[in-house]
Amino acid sequence: MATKASRAAARLMISPAVLLLLGWMIVPLALTLYFSFLRYNLITPGAHPFVGWENYYWFVTDPSFKVAMVNTLQLVGGVLLITVVGGVIFALLLDLPMFGQGIIRIMVIAPFFVMPTVSALVWKNMLMNPVNGIFGQIAKAFGFQPIDFMGQIPLLSIILIVSWQWLPFATLILFTAMQSLDREQLEAAEMDGARWPSRFIYIVLPHLSRAITVVILIQTIFLLSVFAEILVTTNGGPGTASTNLTYLIYVSSLLQFDVGMGSAGGVIAIILANIVAIFLMRMIGKNLDA
Amino acid sequence: MARAVSTKTKVINTAIVGTLGFLVFFPILWIAILSFKTEENAIRAPLEVLFGSGWTFESYFTVQARSDYFKHFSNSVIISVGSTFFGLLIAVPAAWAMAFVPAKRTKDLLMWMLSTKMLPPVGVLVPIYLIFRDLGILDTRSGLVFVLMMMNLPIIIWMLYTYFKEIPGEILEAARMDGATLREEILYVLTPMAVPGIASTVLLNIILAWNEAFWTLNLTAARAAPLTQFIASYSSPEGLFYAKLSAASVMAIAPILILGWFSQKQLVRGLTFGAVK
Amino acid sequence: MGRIILDKVTKSFGEVEVIPPLDLEIDDGEFVVFVGPSGCGKSTLLRLIAGLEDVSGGHISIDGKDATEIPPAKRGLAMVFQSYALYPHMSVRKNIAFPLRMAGLDKAEQEKRVMQAAEVLNLTDYLDRRPGQLSGGQRQRVAIGRAIVREPAAFLFDEPLSNLDAALRVGMRLEISELHKRLATTMIYVTHDQVEAMTMADKIVVLQAGVIEQVGSPLELYQRPRNTFVAGFIGSPKMNLIGGAEAEKMGAATIGIRPEHIEISDTEGTWKGRVGVSEHLGSDTFFHVQTEASPEPITVRTTGEKALEYGQDVFLTPRPEHLHRFDAAGLRIE
Repeated sequence: MATKASRAAARLMISPAVLLLLGWMIVPLALTLYFSFLRYNLITPGAHPFVGWENYYWFVTDPSFKVAMVNTLQLVGGVLLITVVGGVIFALLLDLPMFGQGIIRIMVIAPFFVMPTVSALVWKNMLMNPVNGIFGQIAKAFGFQPIDFMGQIPLLSIILIVSWQWLPFATLILFTAMQSLDREQLEAAEMDGARWPSRFIYIVLPHLSRAITVVILIQTIFLLSVFAEILVTTNGGPGTASTNLTYLIYVSSLLQFDVGMGSAGGVIAIILANIVAIFLMRMIGKNLDA
Repeated sequence: MARAVSTKTKVINTAIVGTLGFLVFFPILWIAILSFKTEENAIRAPLEVLFGSGWTFESYFTVQARSDYFKHFSNSVIISVGSTFFGLLIAVPAAWAMAFVPAKRTKDLLMWMLSTKMLPPVGVLVPIYLIFRDLGILDTRSGLVFVLMMMNLPIIIWMLYTYFKEIPGEILEAARMDGATLREEILYVLTPMAVPGIASTVLLNIILAWNEAFWTLNLTAARAAPLTQFIASYSSPEGLFYAKLSAASVMAIAPILILGWFSQKQLVRGLTFGAVK
Repeated sequence: MGRIILDKVTKSFGEVEVIPPLDLEIDDGEFVVFVGPSGCGKSTLLRLIAGLEDVSGGHISIDGKDATEIPPAKRGLAMVFQSYALYPHMSVRKNIAFPLRMAGLDKAEQEKRVMQAAEVLNLTDYLDRRPGQLSGGQRQRVAIGRAIVREPAAFLFDEPLSNLDAALRVGMRLEISELHKRLATTMIYVTHDQVEAMTMADKIVVLQAGVIEQVGSPLELYQRPRNTFVAGFIGSPKMNLIGGAEAEKMGAATIGIRPEHIEISDTEGTWKGRVGVSEHLGSDTFFHVQTEASPEPITVRTTGEKALEYGQDVFLTPRPEHLHRFDAAGLRIE
């Protein structure tokens, strides 16, 4: 509650942020939408005729669109599965009494601070390279044929790399949530005769459920836009084997200079992200009231 | 009450968790080691790398000479610090208004601001690219400072809002009664009290901007290229030169890794928009 | 100096009217206490006077000038907040000097006034500490110090003692009263504690649901409560309020009798009853007696030496000259 004067001041103070964000949202969005209905290629000069839904039609019917959609879903789903399960395990483990917990936590969290281009390159060359990479060297030492990660299983390789980057995030958040668990609840359950698996299922997991939801929603937003990892490892290949939606749009617009097509893809990506965002906003909105 | 645990259990726990943690950390440790080896020694079998000879600082000098690390480093610093600084300038007043003069719409406004963060960058890549081209700010630091500021503005506002919320409004009212103007109230009372919150907001946003790899890769070429580009240029075929790639990687991530370790506690709050404490 | 007049002041938050039109005059140098149960609008009223909230209607004048549209800083008032609202990042010295610094006084003058205030409040030894290093009572004094250096037209206190423990509260109560005597400046003091109101005020304003129930000196309110609300609110232990047949006999809807105005006897009296719980305070003893007169037990106050058994039969007799009578609307019948 406040006075007229302070409310007026508040409006003034908040307006730069609102105007900037409004402009940042509306201008590119309107342009993307507009371009998506034009035949507009940067290499072919001249008029940009209005072509209706043509760009959408070609973008969606292109076989690589279907592949990219499937890849996007596999990438998001795969990384979520690995990071959430791994994150819960790490959160539980880090919660155990041990020596040097701080140092171990710092080690586990480190990958999060590594920029995507670095982690992708390091994994591609130092770990996954079939000749000199560590995985290859270990395979050879045990007499196995090394796997050509980027050639044979490009998408899975990228899923592994991205999971490595996001595991710390999941761990950090789940571990924080773990620490707010009331220890007396666990002791009460123990007194009630609940063994460890029951305690985990009936007490720990419900307590973590909110944090897990947050992890899933926030990661999904970012995972839908995975780009740099693909760019520096496989370039979406071989063929389109590791192309996701973001990368496909990048290829159309900045490599093939087809602004119209790229924009149509952009609109589709926005719609997809919005579906996820709605769930996320609901979650956060509820949290605001609490 | 924490229950007493035997030292033996603690040792076993430490061994198990430590090993797993070490495995997660290993890739980073490995490039740190490789960066100090000569090229021919860096591609040997892991044990030979560890216990063999051929330790050298040479790669670091080669990397600096070849791709001018310091230019990219200073670009990264300017872009991440600049975008955070301007973001703060805009966000502090906005967060003040929302935290201390809440109106019926404040919550909706906050949610809307956050929702702009959900916009996939690729959806607006084309128009931003064209606008930047037409304005002649492609591959400039100021262009990137602006884009990254806009990318992170919702997070900055949100974080500041949650920190400001914890400051009792009575203190600001006291300042008002004491004759402070709005500017003085924010400058002398609110800001000093919110220093810890502002610091963690700054840290998190510098980290996010430093590692941002979509806009920095698509909107820069040579002049304004930050470290993300610097590393991307090693993707092939120099990627096969392990020692140099490792040295370049270490140089790119070391500053932010250290910063990140310091701010890990605050990270949780910022990254989950306060949904997990 | 500090004469404050509220003229048909109203306040609404959206649809909800918290304060219906309200008139009040506060004379210069008066110690006025707003008292009422929580949510009665007393803090809102104080914040309206301070200028921290806008009035929805009506006028507030301070020293004859219309202050309705004047921002808080310019009204010449100083406020002590419930949470003290000290600036945690500033030393005690800087806290007290803050309003002077905002007013643009030069350093030497600031220091002089801070030292004066510190002496009055016994804070001289703590000037370089941070608020976090002080006890509750010391923080309270710093908040007061910050208020007095401005030499305001009036002091506003918003439940200043509610965060202190019982012993400190009594001490601070005396200090604030002492300060008022010394400065002779208008003070408006908000509290929900009727003991604070009774002990400190020149004039008490009893509020309920934004409406002034009664204005008067502590003794006026105690001896002649205008309605059943004031009768029940002022005084501890509470006045016994009895409805039904007993009240009708005396031509009222409700009658009230204070615990100290009831004679208790083993043999005869108006109301027959049975002793319930007794509370021995040493100086006084309170008996809760269940009678036929009312479903609620009647509280009786006697000297500390009196002792009665639990379950013992007794007789109660109200002293007629101290009986209060109220009509069906709860208003006092003279």
